[in-house]
Amino acid sequence: MAGESTEALLGIGVSGGTAYGPVVKVAPAVRPPANEPATTDPDTALVRVKAAYEKVAADLEERASTSDDTAQQILKATALIARDKGLHKATGKQLVAGLGPATAVDAAVEEYAAQFEALGGYFAERVTDLRDVGSRTIAAVLGVPAPGIPNLVRPSIVLAHDLAPAETATLDPALVAGIVTEAGGRTSHTAILAAQMGIPAVVHCGGALDIPAEAMVALDGDTGQVSIDPSADFVAGMTQRRERRTAALASSAGPGRTSDEHRVALLANIGGVEDAVAAGAQDLEGVGLFRTEFVFLSATSAPTVEEQTSIYRAVFEPFGGRKVVVRTLDAGADKPLSFADLGPEENPALGRRGLRLSAIRPDLLDAQLAALAAAAQETEVDVQVMAPMVATAEEAAWFARRVREHGLPKAGVMIEVPAAALRARQVLADVDFASLGTNDLAQYTMAADRMQGDLADLLDPWQPAVLDVIAAACEGGKDTGKPIGVCGEAGGDPLLALVLVGLGVASLSMVPSKVPVVRYALGRHTLAQCQHVAALARQARTAADARAAVRHAADQDVVEIL
Amino acid sequence: MAQRTATIASSVGLHARPAALFVEAASDTGLDVEIARPGEDPVDATSILGVMALGAKHGEEVVLTADGDGADEALDNLVALLSRDLDAE
Repeated sequence: MAGESTEALLGIGVSGGTAYGPVVKVAPAVRPPANEPATTDPDTALVRVKAAYEKVAADLEERASTSDDTAQQILKATALIARDKGLHKATGKQLVAGLGPATAVDAAVEEYAAQFEALGGYFAERVTDLRDVGSRTIAAVLGVPAPGIPNLVRPSIVLAHDLAPAETATLDPALVAGIVTEAGGRTSHTAILAAQMGIPAVVHCGGALDIPAEAMVALDGDTGQVSIDPSADFVAGMTQRRERRTAALASSAGPGRTSDEHRVALLANIGGVEDAVAAGAQDLEGVGLFRTEFVFLSATSAPTVEEQTSIYRAVFEPFGGRKVVVRTLDAGADKPLSFADLGPEENPALGRRGLRLSAIRPDLLDAQLAALAAAAQETEVDVQVMAPMVATAEEAAWFARRVREHGLPKAGVMIEVPAAALRARQVLADVDFASLGTNDLAQYTMAADRMQGDLADLLDPWQPAVLDVIAAACEGGKDTGKPIGVCGEAGGDPLLALVLVGLGVASLSMVPSKVPVVRYALGRHTLAQCQHVAALARQARTAADARAAVRHAADQDVVEIL
Repeated sequence: MAQRTATIASSVGLHARPAALFVEAASDTGLDVEIARPGEDPVDATSILGVMALGAKHGEEVVLTADGDGADEALDNLVALLSRDLDAE
């Protein structure tokens, strides 16, 4: 740590790197005032409201004109909603009924929102865009700042309660130097997107929105520290650290290995064709987790084998002769499919999800395996298939049999359930490999909901109990001679990566932006040193102690750039 | 009054991008075009929210109606549009 700042907040660093700049606050959604006067002249009021809708549409189109393709489509479609005649008519009716202008906009928006929500699935997702238009129009009617991210004119630190998917999609990495949110956790949407875009980010940072609007802020996306109006010395120290980091990372390349040449494959986590193209161009050894949900979640009927084959081919192609580990469909009550909805559940995380859904609907799994086999045949890629949410040896054997029946050579399982970790020797008997999903493994080991930001401390993968469970799984790997990888967020934490390798993990899969720093950390330690820090972490009493002990024992050149 | 029946070819149904393309094309005709599920009340085909609220899914039928000069040709073009998988393009 270089220098002291006057005031600092601590959150969870989820996307590495440092940033310093002026604060820009994301304005919250605007609601109509409860005491808005009733409309007495609906015709005049409608003219005013229509002008507000038009202003919103024009603003969105203006932003669309300077955005990339994906953001442009989202923004243009949203502008179309603001210009919608039906929405204007519905608003007019509410004005005639006597509602105040802002209240009338809100009522008209909610009328459509209710219809979309009743339709469910993909249609329900549009409600966010619709309400966004409503909130912007209400702001225009009231003459207050529009909600969302203001137009940035210089590199800034974006401060928000949380960021909506549509907002994150439109972030310009050239102008967003860093992100700080009050809500969210390690695996929240903001965290994943920021890491993918390489923007330093700190989430779950209490008090962030109280930072004054004119403040300068320095943030550290590795330690989670957010410093308000830091001294020049502090910023200089932080900047120096960043430069050292850039130089250190540039010095490491090629396959992952310890300083004594123990190989540890460094792989990417991807969730779609765009990710695949981006990761395929990077210096990494393949894909350790290809999440296939996107193929299914956007469909209203089960995608055909042909449709799936062409998607998988597009994902495999960028990886040439490298390996791609595919996780079969991981859906359930929290990620419902319109064509395989088993209904709501009290505890979706403990319900019929992952392989359990595949057991109820083997037709979906068979179609996916057939498509994967066909796509694998057409490319050079070493395709390996693994099942999510496996708890028992029978489930693992059932899955492996189906994979092999489709002519796919390698079958594996995710180890996310402590039961599977404790019985890894038996679970591995009929499969070729396993991959630790550390996010869910922490959730199930600590009985702490991943979606509950207040429980972030319990979900810390440094929790010694989680490390013990991982160690048990690795014992099973050693006994059977089968490789165990890690594909949760833990694999992308350079110090934790040392611990995992020390416990016996054979590969680490992470968001691609984390690969260089993990490669550098590994290259500065021998396998014996990794085993030593693993022992220190397991001996620690708390997660914080474990982290501190490893930080102290690790090579200081590595620690200094974190 | 001209009337046509079309089957939704887009794999994700008539929403998001396919709906936006359809609404744009319907607006470009300059006519009062309406769209309905068979036997149900029609909605304005130039309203993106109205069109999406139909909830027309892949393989389902919709009825298009329009009045005025060139209505037949305009509807033929819109039917042709709905018969393509707009999401894949």
